[in-house]
Amino acid sequence: MADLKVKIGSLELKNPVLTASGTFGYGEEYADFIDLSQLGGFIVKGTTLHHREGNPYPRMVETPSGMLNAVGLQNHGVDYFINTIYPRIKDIDTQIIVNVSGSSIPDYVAVCEKLMPLEKINAVEINISCPNVKQGGMAFGTTCMGAESVVNAVRKAYSKTLIVKLSPNVTNIADIARAVEATGADAVSLVNTFLGMAINTETRKPYLSTITGGLSGACIRPIAVRMVWQVANVVKIPVVGLGGIMNGRDAIEFMLAGATAIQVGTANFIDPAITIKIIEYIENYMNRHNVTDIKELIGGVL
Amino acid sequence: MKKYIKNFEVKANLHLNELYSVLKLTPVDGLMPDMYPGQFVQVLIENSGHTYLRRPISINFLDKEKNELWLLVRGAGEGTKSLLRIDVGSILNLVLPLGKGFSLKSERALLVGGGVGVAPLLLLGKTLNEHGTDVSFLLGARSGADLLLVDEFAKYGTVFLSTEDGSIGEEGLVTCNSAMQSDFDIIQCCGPLPMMKAVAKIARRRGIECEVSLENMMACGLGACLCCVEDTVSDGNVCVCKEGPVFNINELKWQI
Ligand SMILES: Cc1cc2nc3c(=O)[nH]c(=O)nc-3n(C[C@H](O)[C@H](O)[C@H](O)COP(=O)(O)OP(=O)(O)OC[C@H]3O[C@@H](n4cnc5c(N)ncnc54)[C@H](O)[C@@H]3O)c2cc1C
Ligand SMILES: Cc1cc2nc3c(=O)[nH]c(=O)nc-3n(C[C@H](O)[C@H](O)[C@H](O)COP(=O)(O)O)c2cc1C
Ligand code: FES
Repeated sequence: MADLKVKIGSLELKNPVLTASGTFGYGEEYADFIDLSQLGGFIVKGTTLHHREGNPYPRMVETPSGMLNAVGLQNHGVDYFINTIYPRIKDIDTQIIVNVSGSSIPDYVAVCEKLMPLEKINAVEINISCPNVKQGGMAFGTTCMGAESVVNAVRKAYSKTLIVKLSPNVTNIADIARAVEATGADAVSLVNTFLGMAINTETRKPYLSTITGGLSGACIRPIAVRMVWQVANVVKIPVVGLGGIMNGRDAIEFMLAGATAIQVGTANFIDPAITIKIIEYIENYMNRHNVTDIKELIGGVL
Repeated sequence: MKKYIKNFEVKANLHLNELYSVLKLTPVDGLMPDMYPGQFVQVLIENSGHTYLRRPISINFLDKEKNELWLLVRGAGEGTKSLLRIDVGSILNLVLPLGKGFSLKSERALLVGGGVGVAPLLLLGKTLNEHGTDVSFLLGARSGADLLLVDEFAKYGTVFLSTEDGSIGEEGLVTCNSAMQSDFDIIQCCGPLPMMKAVAKIARRRGIECEVSLENMMACGLGACLCCVEDTVSDGNVCVCKEGPVFNINELKWQI
């Protein structure tokens, strides 16, 4: 039997397949299609201290092999998550990770403090890379100092596993990764969406209400693989890889580039059962290549 | 209501005119999921080189005897145009049934459709008719050649027609049709946004309950991505794919 278990900080995953924040709701939306307990884990929608209405419609447009979105962190706030959503999902036998966003450092800290006591939430993913909000979000993730200041403050308040989600909209992502590692992050995840734009040439108007938005899907994969490889080469903490993973082959590609675990995002929209197929592919791949422990694949590019 | 990812075989592709087809599909495993009028499916389009996400298409009709699901498709862009060309015998992968449908409790209902918006009204009319509702359809198009499935609609209620060029039925927009002046306890409408707003305005002025079916741009269709939102009175931004696509106009913040 192939061993698919991996560890991110102190978080144990039964396999390396996670789902990406904002693409998987709170897991429940996919419960008709897959057995959620088969996943390594799922990462819920970006959660903020207070309720956010998000950006005006239209919020998405399809682009070649991908899509732009401008959701803008619509969510009911952390208290609603704790009181209403968490009780519904806490008994699913998999790891549940909360993606945390804020427009100020005290916001990030306050959300993480509130999540600390939740028994089934053993990790947060700090989103310092959302391109769709005016304040905070990506602003923290595009400089080493900004990233360090958030991670430093959250680290003091949160003792469970702290994953920091990095923005690809930077000149040198390896520098940012090194900075958050030095400040106490247990892992980094990358990439969030790339800032993009599309214009309707008939109406001469941008497709998105916010003009620019975040690009995701297969079209970003080669850039994401390159960034995961660059980051994995310079940090010792685990790297969680994502960006355009559409199938099992793509997942293996990220692991070979240095990812300890992977996240599936936009692909869930096209095949709501793709995560389970990816897990099966990884098992088959390991058998085919005589790999008994998945850790042998991590950074295994020759 | 349980959702499925299911393969369907294309049993027929009836070209109504160069822009529209009815696809008749049967589940490969023979098991047709339960579904309601106004719900929709997400179609995976594999015979187009560039279509990436699934495309939302309304449930047009359910033929229980033949175990067939009908989709009425308008070739709007590359994805839907590929659907128009699909061969009989091909397999289409659908996620279904999605969203919440129209309400089914009324004594006299007027179902107003324009363009491809007539799609969900066929199953709605049939279902209401079976429930004993007195059903009227008001269908609008640019000209007679663009009116779709009129014979099918006629099986389940009285049909009123409006064409902009007056070639069939009354001349002008649906909102000018004399049927709009009759008494109904509900008007249920699907079509281009300006048409739905004009119909909603009349319904509100006349104090008639009104439901409309929205076609916001969608990615997941499952309520997971929050891309398809509509601003509502009681809940702010809600997902059209999950809380809709059918809304009572009193829930919408339309300026009408
Ligand atoms: C709930 C719902 C039910 C629908 N029912 C039907 C139906 O029964 N029959 C039918 O033919 N069409 C229906 N549509 C519209 C159909 O989904 C779009 O025409 C289709 O997605 C366009 O894809 P494309 O690749 O052909 O065109 P694209 O090249 O992607 O776009 C062409 C045009 O279609 C518009 N469009 C693109 N995506 C959507 C979308 N998700 N919703 C609305 N417009 C879009 C674009 O603005 C553009 O102007 C429905 C849409 C929704 C949301
Ligand atoms: C509709 C949508 C909403 C998203 N919302 C969030 C979010 O709330 N927080 C976050 O960190 N990332 C969010 N993301 C980014 C994804 O988690 C992921 O980083 C990105 O889509 C790249 O992966 P993919 O190409 O596999 O989708 C969102 C992406 C999409 C498409
Ligand atoms: S399309 Fe994703 S939430 Fe409606």
